[in-house]
Amino acid sequence: MNLEAIGAIYRYEMARARRTVTQTIVSPVISTSLYFVVFGAALGSRIQSVGGVGYGSFIVPGLVMLSLLGQSISNASFGIYFPRFTGTIYEILSAPVSPVEIVLGYAGAAATKSVILGAIILLTAGLFVPLHFLHPVWMVAFLVLTAVTFSLVGFIIGIWADGFEKLQIVPLLIVTPLTFLGGSFYSINMLPRPWRTVALFDPVVYLISGFRWSFYGIADVNVGVSLAMTAVFLAVSLAIVWWIFRTGYRLKT
Amino acid sequence: MNDIIEISGVSKTYASGFTALKGIDLTVRRGEIFALLGPNGAGKTTLISIVCGIVRASSGRVMVDGHDIVSGWRKARALIGLVPQELTTDAFESVWNTVSFTRGLFGLRASPAHLEKVLRALSLWDKRNSRIMTLSGGMKRRLLIAKALAHEPRVLFLDEPTAGVDVDLRHDMWQLVSRLRGEGVTVILTTHYIEEAEEMADRVGVINNGELVLVREKADLLREFGTKRLSLRLRRPLAEVPEALSAWRLELSGDGGELTYLYDARDARDGVGGFLDRVRDAGIEFTDLGTTESSLEDIFVSLVRQRQ
Repeated sequence: MNLEAIGAIYRYEMARARRTVTQTIVSPVISTSLYFVVFGAALGSRIQSVGGVGYGSFIVPGLVMLSLLGQSISNASFGIYFPRFTGTIYEILSAPVSPVEIVLGYAGAAATKSVILGAIILLTAGLFVPLHFLHPVWMVAFLVLTAVTFSLVGFIIGIWADGFEKLQIVPLLIVTPLTFLGGSFYSINMLPRPWRTVALFDPVVYLISGFRWSFYGIADVNVGVSLAMTAVFLAVSLAIVWWIFRTGYRLKT
Repeated sequence: MNDIIEISGVSKTYASGFTALKGIDLTVRRGEIFALLGPNGAGKTTLISIVCGIVRASSGRVMVDGHDIVSGWRKARALIGLVPQELTTDAFESVWNTVSFTRGLFGLRASPAHLEKVLRALSLWDKRNSRIMTLSGGMKRRLLIAKALAHEPRVLFLDEPTAGVDVDLRHDMWQLVSRLRGEGVTVILTTHYIEEAEEMADRVGVINNGELVLVREKADLLREFGTKRLSLRLRRPLAEVPEALSAWRLELSGDGGELTYLYDARDARDGVGGFLDRVRDAGIEFTDLGTTESSLEDIFVSLVRQRQ
């Protein structure tokens, strides 16, 4: 295992995050604060509680997931796409670095940034509403698993994309709508029955439900199912990344 | 083992159907400077990219210091430094960070002393904290070399290293390459500047249309394919080449004032002394004489034309 290479990629990517701190950290924190103002203070005052949890507190896990998913994908996809775009990818491809090491470096850095962002959003949320962590270990587990999984998704998008527009297509047109519809701001049990059934086809429902369970012990779907679904996403992402390196898709001719 | 790179039967056909390389066999000796010459699209960069692991060969085998680039890829790649043809650099990172990054990628621990030596050798030490985007084109070219040397490679590929750089920088690079050779580094360079190959290379390979046309010691190539010219400035112009000299390869200038003898260094019969004796015997007087010989460029152009 080329640990020095993993460390080099990881440090390089983290340094990039420090250079773009406004985009990476400040912007999502401001967006999250605005969500609290709009949904927590304005609309939340009209919704007493959901499942016995104050509405402001209820939306916190969903808000963290919303940022976590978007930033994990964005960080990882840009991290690998930019060297492809500038041509510096030759350096990675000609170095004695295995695919696993490359992914550990890029996706590891993206996931780290997302977890840090999640922690910052939680701290920000704590300024607005009271927070409880009923299952803190599971909370961290869901946070890390989701960050890693969607960083892998971002890595895949970064390999697939052949232009900056494509980098944005999946996060904007697929992930963000699925997150909004996946119960970030409501319990899917609040939906009429046919829509509740439809919502169960949204994979993000399982991520948000499991994550919310770790906070308050309430969930839209069984936590075991949430955990299993998260593991399935991770496995599928890993399988696609493995295929990319095995075939050299968009990396080697 | 004297050969550090062994390329056997390497072919490459891209998905588009274009065949870039056709069964290349080539060995590069340890510690030599090998120049790979060829016109645009000849297959030079594809060949380098295959050895470096960037492009997959369709068939054939490549060994680097005894390590197969497929089964022993990690050891093989660790020995190689690559300076690409394009100025492909990060924009926002500092010079120091980017060379440190490259060293790390190749699995080596940080060595500020080595990086300082490399950056000083390439006149980049004063720019170590500068962002890459602030560097001039020539500095970026040197930075690419610094990155390639950051992990102390034993084989250095220079793909068009001096394309678009000024004459001073070109000469600095030639000196650097000579120094590296002195340290035992094997250098393989592709270039359009024949002058560059003539100046630096020990051996020369000519590639055209994906085929290796020939590989020779530079001196042998010049001797074997080079034509020498002996020009005589005549005291009295000639209307035509005298019959007594018809057996010799001669050219008479338009005004009849200059007689040029073309001879081949391989052919002992065509000695200059013998020719001058015949000239004197024919009663031809001359006021001045001079010799010139083919450059590598002349030979290269001639070889490529022969194949087309």
